[in-house]
This record gives sequence, C-alpha cells and structure tokens, in this order.
Amino acid sequence: MAEATHTQRVLVIGGGIAGITAAVDLADAGHEVVMVERLPSVGGRMLQLSETFPTLDCAQCTLTPRTVETGQHPNIKLYPYAEVVGLAGEPGAFRVRIRKKASYVDWSRCTGCGACQERCPQKVKTNPFERGVGIKKAIYTLSPQAVPNKPVIDADNCRYLTRGKCRVCAKVCPVDAIDYEMADTFVEEDVAAVIAATGFELYPMAALGEYGYGTVPDVIDGLAMERMLSASGPTAGQVLRPSDGRVPRSVAFIQCVGSRDPENHKPYCSRICCMYSAKHARLYKHKVHDGLATLFYMDLRSTGKGYEEFLQQSTEEEGLVYVRGRVSRIFREGDKVVLWGTDTLSGQPVEMAVDLVVLATAVTPNPEQAELARVLGIPADPNGFFQEAHYKTGSIETGRDGVFVAGCAQGPRDIADTVAHASAAASKVQVFLSRLRREAA
Amino acid sequence: MNRIGVFLCWCGSNIAGTVDVHRVIEEVRKLPEVAHAENYMYMCSDPGQDLVKAAIRDKNLTNLVVASCSPRMHENTFRKAAASVGLNPYLVEIANVREQCSWVHQQQKDVATRKAYNIIKATIEKVKRNAALEAIRVPVTKRALVVGAGIAGITAALDLADAGFETVVVEREAEIGGKLRRISRTFPYHEPADAILAPRAEALRDHPNVTLYTSSEVTAVGGYVGNFDVEVATDPGDGGPPETRTEKVGAIVVSTGYDLYPVENLGEYGGGRLPDVIDGLAFEGLLADSFRNGEPVRRPSDGRPVRDVVFIQCSGSRDPENHKPYCSRICCLYTNKQARLLRDRNPGCRAWVSFMDVRTDCKNTEEYCQQNIEERGIVYVRGRVSRVWQEGDRLRLWTADTLTGEKIELDADLVVLATAVVPAAGYAEVSSLLRAGVDANGFFQESHIKLRPVESSTRGVYLAGAGQYPKDITDTVAQAQATASKIQSLFANEELAQDPLVCRVDPDLCSACGICVPICPYGAREVDALAGFSRVNEALCEGCGACVAACPNKACQLKNDSMVQVVGEIEVFAAEEGEEDYTCAC
Amino acid sequence: MNYTYFPGCTLYTKGKSFDDAGKAAGERLGFSLEELPSWTCCGATFPLAEDYDMALASPTRVLAHSRQRGDKLVTLCAVCHNVLKRTNHVMKTNDERRAKVTEFIEEPYDAGLEVLHYLEVLRDEIGFEAVAGKVQKNLSGLRVAPFYGCLLLRPKAEMAMDDPDAPSIFEDLLAALGAEPVDYPMKAECCGAFQVVHSDAMATRCSREIIASARGRGAELLVTACPLCQFNLEDRQAEMARGEQGFKGLPVLYFTELLDVALGGDPDRIDPDKHHTDPRPVLQARGL
Repeated sequence: MAEATHTQRVLVIGGGIAGITAAVDLADAGHEVVMVERLPSVGGRMLQLSETFPTLDCAQCTLTPRTVETGQHPNIKLYPYAEVVGLAGEPGAFRVRIRKKASYVDWSRCTGCGACQERCPQKVKTNPFERGVGIKKAIYTLSPQAVPNKPVIDADNCRYLTRGKCRVCAKVCPVDAIDYEMADTFVEEDVAAVIAATGFELYPMAALGEYGYGTVPDVIDGLAMERMLSASGPTAGQVLRPSDGRVPRSVAFIQCVGSRDPENHKPYCSRICCMYSAKHARLYKHKVHDGLATLFYMDLRSTGKGYEEFLQQSTEEEGLVYVRGRVSRIFREGDKVVLWGTDTLSGQPVEMAVDLVVLATAVTPNPEQAELARVLGIPADPNGFFQEAHYKTGSIETGRDGVFVAGCAQGPRDIADTVAHASAAASKVQVFLSRLRREAA
Repeated sequence: MNRIGVFLCWCGSNIAGTVDVHRVIEEVRKLPEVAHAENYMYMCSDPGQDLVKAAIRDKNLTNLVVASCSPRMHENTFRKAAASVGLNPYLVEIANVREQCSWVHQQQKDVATRKAYNIIKATIEKVKRNAALEAIRVPVTKRALVVGAGIAGITAALDLADAGFETVVVEREAEIGGKLRRISRTFPYHEPADAILAPRAEALRDHPNVTLYTSSEVTAVGGYVGNFDVEVATDPGDGGPPETRTEKVGAIVVSTGYDLYPVENLGEYGGGRLPDVIDGLAFEGLLADSFRNGEPVRRPSDGRPVRDVVFIQCSGSRDPENHKPYCSRICCLYTNKQARLLRDRNPGCRAWVSFMDVRTDCKNTEEYCQQNIEERGIVYVRGRVSRVWQEGDRLRLWTADTLTGEKIELDADLVVLATAVVPAAGYAEVSSLLRAGVDANGFFQESHIKLRPVESSTRGVYLAGAGQYPKDITDTVAQAQATASKIQSLFANEELAQDPLVCRVDPDLCSACGICVPICPYGAREVDALAGFSRVNEALCEGCGACVAACPNKACQLKNDSMVQVVGEIEVFAAEEGEEDYTCAC
Repeated sequence: MNYTYFPGCTLYTKGKSFDDAGKAAGERLGFSLEELPSWTCCGATFPLAEDYDMALASPTRVLAHSRQRGDKLVTLCAVCHNVLKRTNHVMKTNDERRAKVTEFIEEPYDAGLEVLHYLEVLRDEIGFEAVAGKVQKNLSGLRVAPFYGCLLLRPKAEMAMDDPDAPSIFEDLLAALGAEPVDYPMKAECCGAFQVVHSDAMATRCSREIIASARGRGAELLVTACPLCQFNLEDRQAEMARGEQGFKGLPVLYFTELLDVALGGDPDRIDPDKHHTDPRPVLQARGL
C-alpha cells in the first residue's frame, strides 16, 4: 500500500465496555474507528448486569450514555451483528474482512417501533442474552435502550424460517422492513491497527455434574442472577425460582465454581466472583428482607477500592452468612435444593436445604476467541485468554505489531480495571500510529 | 413571544404503553406559547430527528421541549439536531417522562398520563426563560505534566512523548524509578525489577519530548484544563535556595505513588523496637543484597543467614478498629514471591506465611501461589499473629490456626510485616494544589469508580498508579497508559468547548462576603476586592450549584436554572397538591 | 489532697489488702482516698453491644454521684477502672446515649468527670519523682515483674493511659521505688481469669506462660493491679504446684502492697496465708 494513503483507522473488535471505552477514546482523539460487535447492539456484558459493586449503581444508567455516545460518534463506524473473519496485510495496513450476519430486517427502513417483537408468536427460552431466565421472541432487540435499537430474527427459532409458515412480523411491520431472504454479507475495511476486546463467557454449567446441572432446575449461574436482579430484566427485578416461579426464602451462593481447581476445571482465580456474589446476596436481601443468604467461599478476595469495606458491611450489617468451604454435591430433595459441603473453620460437614443456588462459575474466554486468535495471528495462553507480550509492562500488546488486546479477553478483571485497560489500549494504538506517521514522513 | 415546540416520544411502548401520548399532546397544544406539538414512535431515530428539524424550520420555533427518556441519554442528540438547523442548542430541554414517569407508574395509566403532562408543562416553564448560550471555548496547551516518576509516571510520560507531545516530569527524589528501585524481582516470573525499570528510565531521560526535573516539587498550580500554570521548585543540591520555574501545560498526571504504613505503628509485633521485624520493602532490600552478593539472605540484627522466617500479611490492613480498613491488594502477591525467593536463596530454611485470606487474583498468580505451596514447601497458616517478642537471639510469635482452632507458638530469625500500603507522604499538599480530591484513606478519588477510573474530580487532572489505590505493576502500567490516552484525546482539540451552564453572579446583589469561595469544590470562585463582588471562573465552574445554595444574597444563579425557572417548574406541581403522590425513579 | 475514691466490691472482700495498702500509701504520699458514699456496683463488665444502654445505668450512677463531689474519681481495681472509664468515654462522646441513660437513672451527669487509676494519680498528679523522694526502704536490687493484664490499658484510645503494646507506667513506678523492673513479653497478656469457670485448663495455661516468662527473665516477685489477676495467678500456681513436680512458684503482690512497704509501711501487714507463695522471704532477703 502506498504511504500516501496510509490509513490511521483502527478496528475495535467487541462492543462491550472495553471496546466502547477504547473506541471513544480513539474517536475523541480524532481517529476513525471501525467497531465490530457480534450481537445486535453494543454494551456487552454490562448490558446484562443489574447493579455494580461496591456502590450498587444501576449498570444500565452508567452504561447507556456510553452506548449512545458510541452509536452517535461521527468517528465511529459501527458494524453490529457482525464478526471479523479475516485479517490480511501487515501492521499499519491491515485489510479486515467482516461478516455481517443476516438480521432479516432492513435496518435502513426499520424505525424500531417494536410492533414485530410484540406480535411475534414464537417465544424463545434459549436466547443467550437472558441466560435461561426469561424469554425473548424470535424477532428481538437486546433491551429497550439498545444501541442501535433495531431487531434481528433468530433464524434458528423463527417459525417462518424453520417451518415456512407465519410471517406475522412481515405483516405487522409498517415500513416493510422484514426480509426473509436476507443472507450474510461480507465487507472489507482498511485499518492500521486492531484492538481485540472480546470479553468473556462463564464456564458452562454442563461441565459441573456434581452441582446438579440438568437435574436441579433451581441451580443458576451468576449472569442468570444478574438478569433476574435487573430492573429492566425478564422478571423486572424479582428473584424467582426457575422451577416454580416462587420467591426463594433461602439462597446459597457458591464461589470458585470451576475456578481455582486445577485438577478438574480451571486453575486460575476469576477475580470478580467474590465481589459479585456478595453483591448478589445483598441485592437478594434487599428484595427479600427475611431471606437467608449463605455464601460458600475459599478465600474472600476483595482487593479493589472500597471492596473490603463492602464485604465487611455485607457480613456485619447486611446479615450475609459466610461459610468457608467447598460444596461437594448438590441434589434435589422435594422442592428444595440440598447442598453437602464442609465448614473448614469448624471442621464440620455442612448439609443445607435451600430454595435456590447461584454458582459463581469461572470466567472464561468466549468460545469464539480461539478462532479469532488464529485470524488475528496472536497467541492465546493455556487458558484460552489472549497472551500478553509482557506480564508487567505489556498486558496490552500481543507480540504482533499493531494488534492489541483489552479487557477480559486477556484475563478476568472488573469493570474499573477493564476501562483502564481499554484506555491503555487506546494509548498504545496511538503511540503505534504516531510511529507509523514518523516512519512515513 | 416564544414559539415553543413540544415533541413527545413513545419510546416504542416504553412510554406510549403507559402514557396516553395522544391525549397529552392534545392538552399541551392548548398551553400558551406552544406553537407546535406532536408525538412519534422513536423521536431519537433519524426520521424522528427529521420531524424535529422540519418543525423548527417550518414553524419558526424558538424553544423546544423533547419529552422522552432521561436527558443523560439523548439531550445531546436533540441539542445537536436543533443546532443543525440554526436553533441555539441551549433552548432545547428534555422532559423525562420515561424513567421518572412511565417506568414507575406502569400500573397507573391515568396517573402517568397526568404526570407526563405536568412534567412537560413544568419543562415549558423552564425552557421559555432559557437564554441562548454559547459554549465556553478555551485554548489547549498541548503539553503535559507528570507528577512523580515511579513506574506509573514514567509509563504515562513515555506514552505521551512517544505520541509526540512535550511532557514535563517532576520527581522529588534525585533518582527516578520510585518504589520499583527498591524491589528485587517481580512476581510471578522472578524478573529483576531493574530489567523493567532501567530501559524505561533511560528512554525517559533521553527522550527529546521529555523535560525531566528531579529533586523537584510542584509548589503552585494555577489555571484550568488546557491552561495550567505550574510552578516547579528544584533543589539545586548545594544547600542554596530552590530554583523555581513556571511550566505551562494543558493536562496533569498525578502519579505520586505509595508508602508503607510504618512498622512502628504495629507495637504488638515489636515494629520499630525489634531489629529483625521489618517491612516488605526492607525484605526486598535483603533479597537484593542476597542476589548481588551471591549469598543467602541475612537478617539485619547480626547478619546471620536466616533459617526461619515468618511473613505476616494484613499488617495494618483490613483492621478498621486499629489501623486501615482496606485491603492493600499487593501484599498476598509479593509475600508469596518473597517466601518463594527466600526458599530459593536459603535452602533448607522454613518460610511461614500468616494470612487471613489468600488473595492471589492477578493473572497466573493463583497458579504461582499454589505451586509455591505445594512444590516449594511454603507453609500457610490462616490466622492473625497476636504478638511478636524477642526471646534470646530469636523472635517468638503467637498465632492461631483458625482452620484447626489451635494456638501456635513459633520461633523465627526474622519477621517480615506486609504492612498496609498508604498514600505517599505529601499527598495532601498535592491534592490541595491540584484540587484533586482524596478519599477517607488519602487515596486520590477517581470521578467514577467504574467508568472514569483515571479521571480526578478536576478536569484535566488524571490519576495513575498506587496513589489512587494500591495496585500491582501490571495494573499501574495499564492505568498510566490510560491517563496518556485521555490526554491524547484532550490534546486532539485545538480548543475545548465546555458547557456554559455555569454560575453567574449579579454584582448588584453580591456583598462580597466570600462564603462562595471555600464552598466551591472546583476553586472557581474568587472575591474581586477592587470590583467589590465575587467572580466566577467559568472555565473551572462545573455548575454544581453549591454556591447558589450557600449565597445569602441570592446573588449566584445557575445559567438556565435560575430561581425564577425552578420556582416556575415547582408551581406546576404545587398546583396539583393534595392529589395522589407521585413517585420518581433515577 | 483528697480524691473521691471508688473501691468496688472485690476490694471490700478478697482484695482488701489492695485497698488497705493503697489508702495507707496514699497517706504517706500526702493524699487521701475518700470513699464515695453509698456507691453501687460498677457493672463488672463494659457492654460491647452499642445499643445495650441498660448496662451503663449502674456505672453512670457512680459517675453522676462522684461528679457532685468534684471533677476526679480514683479507682484501683482494673476491672472497675475499665468499666467506669469506658462508660465515661461514652458519656463524653455520645450525647444521645448520655441523655437516654441519665434520664433513666433520673440523675443528671454532665460528663465532666475524669476517671483516674491510682497509677495515673501517682504518675500525673503526684509525679514519680516525688514518689521516689518519699521512699524510705529502697527496693534496690529487687527484680519485680509488673503485670498489667488485659483490662488496665485496653482499649488504647478509650483508656488513654499507656501504649498496651509497649507500656511503661508500671516500670517507671517500680524504678522510682528503686526496684529493678523485669521486662518480659507476657506482661500485658490475659491471665485467663475469665475462663476459669469455662475452661480451667486454659486459665492454667495462660497463667503458666506468664509466670514462666517472668521467672525466666529473672523476676523474684510479680505485682498486679487487678484483683482478678491477683487471685487467678495465685490460685493457678496452687493448681500447678499440685500437678507439676518441681514447680517453682513466684510470689504475687498487689502493687500497692509493695508501694506501701517501700514508703515505710510494715511488711508484716502482708498476710502469708493469703498468698500461695510466701512473698516475705524475697522481701526479707533484700533487707525489708
């Protein structure tokens, strides 16, 4: 590529809080940003959260101004519902290939009126965004405040696309935006640098047979609890048991599920679970005042600003009961969930019957991350997170010039650390671009 | 005569599902000065914005009320839309009928409808008295200042300098490098700290864009974002008076770092009285000596190689009654490394670690810690040490193993206290000079705990490293780079546009009593003795209203939030008094 | 000089010699301890629950009555001292609780009282130098281990008497008397007295460590400022002597007893029957 046309654009993969932060920093600094997000809207995991520790601020309220800013920024070109499938060229002159997934809705026509979602007859329980707690329709948006606020059709569950009958959404759409014939399309963009901010997934509960996955319905993971606690979530903030929709009178929270367990699961600490479990238990107690919240832990890890104080307050003033020990088995007994475990402080075995169990499962990379690492030509560590170039001073760099990482894709971290990490990535990209300019001059 | 336009958004069914939007618009049309009113499914969408723009043009609208979601969502959207067709953006107001109305009255449609109408009516009362304001524009000096040249300051300065910006670095010590200079090797890969520090220190010293002042301190700061004047005093080193110079910069990074809580404060452990009771940094020094001399680790009192060492974590941390309430974040990590290096250096020695919770939560540190316990024979005992005393030429300790419930007595040659991390001495002066607030523990306060972790309470002043809160090198470096990113975004502008919704003073009402000066958190108020009234520095004012509330003469008013406007809004609701109570959310 | 004085129940019974010697020594130093008329129980333990105001009623009544007589109240028993001083601290720092408690006992109290331990009187009012000037029988060469116990100095901020981790008030007094204070690590540990009923063995273990530590560092005598410590350290020694062959006891005295002797009091007032290990031989060996 000729130097005169040397682009200064940056590709940001992932529209969670890491990607948003990096993109807005770069865009504010005058750089064009191409953002690719695999879901229909930006916001990432934070969009699923209820309230954030340790201040118990509403996650949506702090996030949505950022998503709006991302959607409206003149320097940010957004590809929602899209994936990066190829990266060619060289540092400073990459050509990225993007697959725009078929949404089956012509977004240039759609006004986001919501009529299609309202009238769609197909309820879907498996939409990953709701974590099995609530339903979405087969045509859906992620949230009322979604950016962009345009629906997509879930092709695996749409009656028309799977069985050839229905077309309700097409009938009710006032602007004829539904297009069942739509196919994936591919576009290419020229960028100088890449930031991979693809976030995290939780360790699958299916891998945790001892905790009753599949046989005990009232065992859920942390993100499912977030959806339940979220005021804008499927239960409008009520804590309800999946099995019978009753309000649980007692809830057990189990930390280090799949974490710190090199023999069976993941060897590492997932860093955020101690805090979000305490938060979950407190929010549960705020909603169910006489509810009993018991937390099983190995070590309490509250290392961020104000976190230790939050935990102290949780035990001393909010009445959370902490038991130091691991739970060995969970099974169903009548309509109760029974736990067997040990209290390592008293040395006594513990048996407890509760209404609901929340597992703080290990933070893992997204399943697609391995393929993305291959596409980007950057290494992953043994746990599948992106491998940083230097443990202390190069947690942003990857070993491949011009390709940077940010946030949980490199390792578990909380929102504040993710935001700082993402801004750091924006800085490293600018230093890189500045070097390109000097070399070109 | 105003020609007010009102635009009510359905927000799909979010608002329209609860509020009878058609009835509200019908009623609004009857209000005086309302020249146009309409509703639409998604006012923020492009077609919705086009409706707004067209109405401004076609109906010659002079003021707008957009009744929709919280202004935090789309105030900017509609202000920009208005500006694009020539209407001053500060003549646009948002009436929040979603978060504060439809969402909280989902089961009460009539109540919600009446309340939405009243919110709109109240907002009309405000907007009709709004002034057409212009954004405050200030030039930007594209130079940065970094206060403190530890690894945080060095990293921030190098990123900024590499990105092409002149950067002034002020370090009070004669040498740069901060606490990293005292660390032997880092966890979890045992890399010599100097391998990290030396090349960066050299790069900083040699960088053409960096001006480095060592043995120097910031002694005065004036100005505001984009335009700071910073006085730097340098100790000439010959006993003479400090040389002072003034640097003009547009942004400042505070990277003043940490100290360790004095061992003297831990009387129960004999801190300060027993020579072989030392803190973590002192032990780093012993380790460094050991590596340098190729000898085992020796203890301070008599230079004897140590055989039994006890490391006490949470010394002064997590102890709200007696010491510091917070977790110091790095101690579990470095203590584990110190115990491991000790076992490597002094084969056959015993290393005990007394802990409350093991908090090895950084990448690869859990694995590292487990390996050190399982394969390197470090003994972890869960419990707090209650006492340390001298017994002959050894130290004796009492602790408890809270897992077995047993009391334990240990003898040791050396006790290493992982003392709490505290803000570096002088933080209070820096805080006051820069108007960067600190929390109850003296750590610099970020402006939002989640989303603005490196911004201080003062615009243009950014926070990096352990001065904000204890953190390891990795997180410190990332945070320092984050400040560099924020400053690069700031410096991308030739001038800064700031919201003009600031305080205004009526000189006729002001008695120059000066109450507003100390109450202002941003240092924006100053009594002009000559003119005889108190002035507002608009570049510093954040429009918080503290002075408005405090002013005994009602001489301070917020622009476009004047007393008459607020009272006008209240009167709308006061007229409804006696009827059903309303709830507000958010 | 007269001080209002609160003896407390134990100093009327088991701790009589603590009280007697304290009063006698005071007279020799030029001050009198004037017993608060019709005093009531101090409450015996300071309530740790922040809302348990009832437990403050009794000590507050003591404070209120004392206040009517002046602005200082002197105590000798470490337990009473702890309860009264801490209750006073609550009265001084928490107007709400003060109002509630004083309303309940129907006595006004303005929190204007200062609660002093006898040791504080010696240090801060009389002065250890002045005490040294009144010594008639120098204790020169006598190696005495001061025992602070758990309650005398803690909690540090409320008692505001000395650093509980590195105290010196006792040592300074002993030095003023010419004795050689023995520094030993157990001097401010718990003697176990509170566990005697619950766990006899634990109380014995605590006391054994204290006695062994003091003896190991050359102490010939141990002095206390607390009737509970005094009783427990003596009683446990009797227990140890029964169970352990070759056990060597350490005589234990109230500090006022030793003080009185140094100021010219009659050593014969020390009753050997009240001590497990007779302290008199040690004193006699030093010519007392």
